[in-house]
Amino acid sequence: MAKKINLKIDGVDVQLDEGQTILDAARAVNVHIPTLCYHQDLCVAGNCRVCVVEVTGARGLVASCAMPVSEGMDVHTNTLKVRSARKNIIELLLSEHNAQCTICYKNKQCELQDLASEYKSAEEQLYIDLVPLKNYTIDNFSPSIIKDDSKCIRCQRCVRTCEELQHVSALGVAYKGDRMKISTFFENPMYDVVCTNCGQCINRCPTGSLIERNYVDEVWDAIYRDKKHVVVQTAPATRVSLGEDLGLEAGEVVTGKMVSALKRVGFDSVLDTDFSADLTIMEEGTELLTRLKKALVDKDPTAKLPMATSCSPGWIKFIEHTFPEYLDNLSTCKSPQQMFGALAKTYYAQKRGLDPENIVSVSIMPCVAKKFEADRPEMRSSGHKDVDYVLTTRELAMMIRQAGLDFNSLPEENYDSIMGQSTGAAVIFGASGGVMEAALRTAYEIVTGREVPFENLNITPVRGMDGIKEVTVKIENTVPEWNFLEGAELKTVTAHGLTNAKYVMEKVKSGEADYHFIEIMACPGGCIGGGGQPIPTNMEIRRKRTEAIYKEDSGKPIRKSHENPEIVAIYKEFLGEPLSHKSHELLHTHYKERKRY
Amino acid sequence: MTYNKLKRIDLIFQEDSECPKVLEKTFGKSNDKIINDILESGLKGRGGAGFPTGLKWKFASEESADERFVICNADEGEPGTFKDREILFRVPNKVFSGMAVCAKVIGAKKGYIYLRGEYRFLLPQLQKALDVFHREIKDLLDFEIFIQMGSGAYICGEESALFESMEGKRGEPRNKPPYPTVAGFKDKPTVINNVETLVYAYMICKHGPMGFRELGTSDSRGSKVFSLSGDTPIPGIYELELGMSLNHFVEEFGDGDTKAVQVGGAAGFCVPRKMFNDTIIGFEGVPTGGSMKVFNSSRSMYNVLHNYLEFFEEESCGQCTPCRVGCQQLIKGIEAVKKGEQKASYLDQLMKLSETMKMASKCGLGQSVANSFSSIVENFREEMIY
Amino acid sequence: MPEVHELVKNLADKYGRKRENLLHILQGIVEQERYLSDVALTEVARELDLSAAQVYGTATFYSFLDTEPRGKYVIRICRTITCDMKGKNQIIQAIEDSLKIKLGETTQNKKFTLLETNCMGWCHEGPAMLINDQAYTNLTVEKAIEIIEDYGSK
Repeated sequence: MAKKINLKIDGVDVQLDEGQTILDAARAVNVHIPTLCYHQDLCVAGNCRVCVVEVTGARGLVASCAMPVSEGMDVHTNTLKVRSARKNIIELLLSEHNAQCTICYKNKQCELQDLASEYKSAEEQLYIDLVPLKNYTIDNFSPSIIKDDSKCIRCQRCVRTCEELQHVSALGVAYKGDRMKISTFFENPMYDVVCTNCGQCINRCPTGSLIERNYVDEVWDAIYRDKKHVVVQTAPATRVSLGEDLGLEAGEVVTGKMVSALKRVGFDSVLDTDFSADLTIMEEGTELLTRLKKALVDKDPTAKLPMATSCSPGWIKFIEHTFPEYLDNLSTCKSPQQMFGALAKTYYAQKRGLDPENIVSVSIMPCVAKKFEADRPEMRSSGHKDVDYVLTTRELAMMIRQAGLDFNSLPEENYDSIMGQSTGAAVIFGASGGVMEAALRTAYEIVTGREVPFENLNITPVRGMDGIKEVTVKIENTVPEWNFLEGAELKTVTAHGLTNAKYVMEKVKSGEADYHFIEIMACPGGCIGGGGQPIPTNMEIRRKRTEAIYKEDSGKPIRKSHENPEIVAIYKEFLGEPLSHKSHELLHTHYKERKRY
Repeated sequence: MTYNKLKRIDLIFQEDSECPKVLEKTFGKSNDKIINDILESGLKGRGGAGFPTGLKWKFASEESADERFVICNADEGEPGTFKDREILFRVPNKVFSGMAVCAKVIGAKKGYIYLRGEYRFLLPQLQKALDVFHREIKDLLDFEIFIQMGSGAYICGEESALFESMEGKRGEPRNKPPYPTVAGFKDKPTVINNVETLVYAYMICKHGPMGFRELGTSDSRGSKVFSLSGDTPIPGIYELELGMSLNHFVEEFGDGDTKAVQVGGAAGFCVPRKMFNDTIIGFEGVPTGGSMKVFNSSRSMYNVLHNYLEFFEEESCGQCTPCRVGCQQLIKGIEAVKKGEQKASYLDQLMKLSETMKMASKCGLGQSVANSFSSIVENFREEMIY
Repeated sequence: MPEVHELVKNLADKYGRKRENLLHILQGIVEQERYLSDVALTEVARELDLSAAQVYGTATFYSFLDTEPRGKYVIRICRTITCDMKGKNQIIQAIEDSLKIKLGETTQNKKFTLLETNCMGWCHEGPAMLINDQAYTNLTVEKAIEIIEDYGSK
């Protein structure tokens, strides 16, 4: 039990655990203290100073986010001194901020703007505009992330995100004094450094300094063009978060309304990435079993174990930079987005009698790394760019607003066919542990002829917010074909957030761990916490989205990928069998080493 | 107003070949006795902030930890201060000895001297002296001192920024608490003292607390080394008893036409002629880490302030808003007033801004910019405008 | 640039490969090369297993850890108030004329770089300058030029 501390916030008694801060205390009694550099996911910086309060007896004001509570403390959050300092600090931030709000992508979604409107009084800026005095340039070379220093308020949330959550540190703090800035190595473009495009920095940027490259206008143009057949796929995790950007609470499942909105926006066919997630399980599950056989029975040195998932493009770029010697351990499966893209312009085009030249393939993703992934040269196996445009959940919300739709009152509609049908196993791709669980549901059944030995197919040990989840599954009573696995213990590990990924890979590298199968998602919580998801994000919101994902799974009539009728059909009509020649041509790929520094 | 007459003292720079002997005798005493002596002497930190040295040592000694450190802050960057360089040049063994006493008291096995990059030329001889010292105390104490170089960053004189720098990072001040005596270098209990403080601590051990205590005033015991520069016929380093009036100081050191004295460097206060008589140099009056810059009537105080603000604008670590943006606004602000682009009343807005910097900045740098800003603008407002 | 790789490796061997050794290593490179190139910083990042952006961010914090090419002799003139009062501008002017470069620039033969620096602790003997580690004080225009010429003939 932590020691209890008694203190007063604005005259109200409050008791907290030792080690908590004044900000925690204020929140406990519903006193609002504004913050900017503070973020629940990150360590305390205490550098914006917006949250200063007065503590009786203290010299000067103290930053409430960084000041631990102490016995008998008497805190005042709204005194003349506090107000004056806070207003001045906001004015200072505005003076170094490019405040052309009306043309800013983050207009009305900016924490600095919110504060400015809360504290506005003067009609003109109090201090001299510093922005024109600096030589700011916009880094817009990346297909995923745009960095505009003129809007940066140096809160360092992005830097802490990149370091603490992702262990990438593509962004750092450079120079000091008036030249201090957030910078990559030698101020190189984001495109040219170790950035994984995960976009977690975007999720935590309080202003418009870090944003996704948006393709909303391009997609509208495609929709308006008569000759084009525009197909859209929606990722598993978008259906549990889109509502947040359209006035609903976190954790609401909005699948039907989202489909309905997409149809009204004007997409010719609204399809589901979940379909290709099921397909991924077929390919990846079979690949895993094949590798196990090659490695364990045939002793084939080219069959690398552990095998790692390859759905998360942030993770792919991370391993290309950081652990290139393990590239052969990646599953050769493309991500569901790219499998879908390759099929949209081949299988789908054939079935619908369309010229792939005229198909525009759009995906709605919780992710900004998917934008980079779609741009990869590896991703043109249909003979065209397999996925033309990737929109984040946020961009879709923007399109829905632009279309004038009242999202909440839309009817629920179903995905179109073909490539619109899916199972519960596909939905859970959106949460950390989901690919693992889906793969186990199918692979176990292939090997043993029985369902996985977990109640209601729920493999709960791989679920949840623990950063690293190790689960061993014992394989018993196999079907004859797979009897070499009889009695084997399949060792798996599931990690989310690249800091955890790095930890897992270090363990693999040192030989400390002998996993067979690794699931890694670049973002905290998996795709539900993706860099393209609605802002804000924090642990509570990620939990709610995760709960919604599993709710969606348990409500699905079919919950195992291999039972998806459209999957059965595509193998029969088009692909043949998992890992067939055609599969390899369209659904599999290899990645190459990138520079480490 | 009670103040002492100006009195030159000669303690710090006395050559001392008896360090090992004094240390041996001191190490024979209990830690409590040593701490009590330092407390009783009334010694306060000579870097400028003036925290009682004995208390620092006591706090660090009371922490439970597997490792502790003593650090000598030789990042003497305050404009107008150069006494630490001279101390390290002339009597380094007394600095090492002060560190050794502290190490004994708090239980540190390792000590560090963080030497500013500008003083790198001192390194060879300092290292030589250190080697001699290590040989001398070999059998007395398990303690080793290392010299770590800075690389040109004023803010690293701030103790928590100095720790960050020693840990190989950007020298950005930390949130406090925790204080260094609880979690300093490598998050271990750390005593960090100014060069001069350590010498006095050693001298107090050598001579006992009373001789030191008898000097100075009740708030400012002892003597202090001053770095004198500017419009004076005799610039240099002087050890003086604390508690003198600025008037006496100017009489002794001024050029007869002194208009203002900047006490405590760019982070200190500007005292105009009319206040010389009422200003005591000491913790009860205007404290200083030793920097005394004298300006005569030929000097533009606008230029002085502008020079200081340029300094701060560049030397702020840049992490906290009030200091990073505040410094830029102050300098752009006085430029705009001078050029007539802003009304004179904009100076009042800037005064409010400097007050915010003082109240809300993360560390002492940002908090102290207001000192020189407000004292110069208040006292020389006309020079800011015309 | 294999020499840089070798240099960084030797420095890392000498000082260690922990974060706390970073400044020592960067200082060691500057001592040899006078500045930190992107190649050098990349090597440091590799040796210490740090991100390159972190190494760059740390280096750029410190005024003496230059990330732009510098001459063999880096002249830093103190710009703070007392040296300013004692005529540092004339000294700068004279050196600029003598070396035919402006503040912040490096001579074509890569011998000299001329910079300003903040207070270097010689206020009582201003104007003052550093050439690499060496301090020169009580400068006059003639004295400054003489010193520079001495270095020039080295």
